[in-house]
Amino acid sequence: MVSLDFATVLVDWPLLLRGLAMTAGLTAVAATLGLALGIACAWARLHGGAVLRWTVGAYVELIRNTPFIVQLFFVFFGLPSLGVKLTPEWASVIAMVINLGAYAAEIARAGIQATPRGQIEAARSLALTEAQVFLRVVLPPALARVWPAMTGQIIIVMLGSAVCGQIATQELSYYANLIHSRNFRAFEATFVATGLYLGLAVLLRHLLQRLGTRLLHVRR
Amino acid sequence: MVEFTLWDILRNLLLATRWTVLLSLAAFAGGALVGAALLVARIARLPGASRGVALYVQLFQGTPLLMQLFLAYFGLALLGLDVPAWAAACLALTLYSSAFLTEIWRGCVEAIPRGQWEAADSLALDLRQTLLHVIAPQALRIAIPPTVGFAVQVIKGTALASVLGFIELTKAGTMISNATFRPFTVYACVALLYFALCFPVSAWARRLERTTSR
Repeated sequence: MVSLDFATVLVDWPLLLRGLAMTAGLTAVAATLGLALGIACAWARLHGGAVLRWTVGAYVELIRNTPFIVQLFFVFFGLPSLGVKLTPEWASVIAMVINLGAYAAEIARAGIQATPRGQIEAARSLALTEAQVFLRVVLPPALARVWPAMTGQIIIVMLGSAVCGQIATQELSYYANLIHSRNFRAFEATFVATGLYLGLAVLLRHLLQRLGTRLLHVRR
Repeated sequence: MVEFTLWDILRNLLLATRWTVLLSLAAFAGGALVGAALLVARIARLPGASRGVALYVQLFQGTPLLMQLFLAYFGLALLGLDVPAWAAACLALTLYSSAFLTEIWRGCVEAIPRGQWEAADSLALDLRQTLLHVIAPQALRIAIPPTVGFAVQVIKGTALASVLGFIELTKAGTMISNATFRPFTVYACVALLYFALCFPVSAWARRLERTTSR
């Protein structure tokens, strides 16, 4: 007979809440910086010189074809031997930013490439500088075009951050492990944390959709 | 004190890579089987199948794979089954793959024009014949590129089985790094081995995408 006991897990709700806050915080920082990195990389791949284009291309392919957990371990365990010592939180944020940046670059590039030529010509004929053309004319509608894909990718990175508990970043999965190491209710603790991740994913999707309509005028 | 050469590190990682490949193949094959079954259940309009499968897909796509692995591992133990880590990993990765594959393939089947179904109907083909002779041959053509693309996700996903203690490439990397005190070299090698596995598959998927869209 299987007996489940969720009460012993739920009494530790302050810990779960703290973990949830850390996961949300990591995601917020990583999403902002990762998006910026992605846009910069997309620009570099479309307008940069040959060396820059190749370097960014190599970065994107390298990240997209290796697991996040290995990237995280490389940053946290590997970089200290080069003299770069990081706290678990910083290592997590850096790994998440590097990871999201590569995927966001490809998504943003697809959006930018779909810009009608006439838009750019019109902007140039108004004597806008190249930077203005990119930031004010090309980028906002490009992001609006690919916003659903971008939203999906940010959620994937949020869910992937569960791995950060493995280097002792005190996020949601870390606290789930902590709780069941104390009360031995492994399945229940994991189940509750998984439910919280699902809730956060739904909330984040909603939030990003609203952000898209507000800032980028994404049509639903 | 034993000295480890780069070749020692690489050789041991290569040996562990076999398990990553094997786990990927098992999860992908199992996922394809379950995913296809779910798809057929949806197409055949079994009562509740459409909603049930949609919920199943959402649950797997909306929660971390790591948590799914833990749930399989602890859940099986709770049922009194003392399963090894690789079996729990196989189960979780199979279910995870099936959720993604069934959703990818649903899109492919829906892309087939309605007229094809109606034509099959008017020829008095039953559901099995319609799927086998009319829908599958056309849907498969457009399904191959995204399916190959998803295979890369599965290979990368198997890295999380290391957390359950299954000694595949990532876990071997952690163990070797602990033994050699050379985490930079070891994790760089691990990353390159994953890249060597995944990049050809990604490149293949991209090429297929170009040739089928033409």
